[in-house]
Amino acid sequence: MRRGGWIVLMLVSGLMMDAALAREAQPLAEDPVLERRINALGEDLRCLVCQNQSLADSHADFAIDVKNEMRLQMQQGRSDQEVVDFLVARYGDFILFKPPVKAVTMLLWFGPFILLAVGAAVLIVTLRRRRQRSEQTPLSEAEQRRAAALLGDTLDGEQNR
Amino acid sequence: MKLSWRALIPLLIFVGLAGFLARGLFLNPTEVPSVLIGKPAPLFTLPQLHEPAQTFGPAEMQGKVWLLNVWASWCVSCREEHPLLVRLARSGVVPIYGLDYKDDPAAAIGLLQQQGDPYVLSVSDGNGRVGMDYGVYGVPETYVIDKQGVIRYKQIGPITEQALDKTIVPLIKELQR
Repeated sequence: MRRGGWIVLMLVSGLMMDAALAREAQPLAEDPVLERRINALGEDLRCLVCQNQSLADSHADFAIDVKNEMRLQMQQGRSDQEVVDFLVARYGDFILFKPPVKAVTMLLWFGPFILLAVGAAVLIVTLRRRRQRSEQTPLSEAEQRRAAALLGDTLDGEQNR
Repeated sequence: MKLSWRALIPLLIFVGLAGFLARGLFLNPTEVPSVLIGKPAPLFTLPQLHEPAQTFGPAEMQGKVWLLNVWASWCVSCREEHPLLVRLARSGVVPIYGLDYKDDPAAAIGLLQQQGDPYVLSVSDGNGRVGMDYGVYGVPETYVIDKQGVIRYKQIGPITEQALDKTIVPLIKELQR
């Protein structure tokens, strides 16, 4: 029983170490809950200087400044949405990795689905037409004989080689 | 075999796609259009660079067209546009005010002594908080602000001779009317 307890303890501490090592950027601030909130929100925000990096990942001066401002505002009790609105009012929708659905972004959001629908429609129409054509015009006897002769020739040719 | 018009569809799609991609190839990805254009310039009150006891804010500029140039002594591309700013200031077309962004005041004053001071005055934005209100994400940036205190244009990155002659000066002249 005592040994079992040790193993459990070791496993648990091992897991905890993993979790600690797997963290992205170890926050140094005193309030880990707040830091987690900033990082979670920062995942969906673009660092404008390093563009394809998120604010959470970035150590650019710009990202650090913005995160400090986010921290300050959150400490003042502002909600995530209010913080995001604050940033969008200054840096525009571009700071969001997920652009909001608006008149100008309609094509961006729904374009791929429209293309998919058009593609599916073209495919269905083409398949239907092809089927109709092959059902409507069966081969005549002469054509069938010719086909058999051609296929037979091919087979013979291959056997002779 | 006769060529039906449908045979041209793939070609048309290709040309359309190539057109979009070609346009995208020549866009500047670091230039993010400002959301502040057409909006009132955010108000602030900051200490002046040369006279820290005195302050300055956009509220004092009501009724005037002016330029707010965000700069810093540590900013390399600011030095590129500096001679142009000095020239523009000498021409007397428009008053230029500087926002010294996240800078050491002593270094900033030193630079102006060395290279000339195009600014009516500069203010110190030590922690960059005012810069954030203006959506500054790279220095230099320059804002054209009209008589009603509305931002009419934003130059991201250094001012070029071309931008000055073709866009900024004509816009200022129009706004001054």
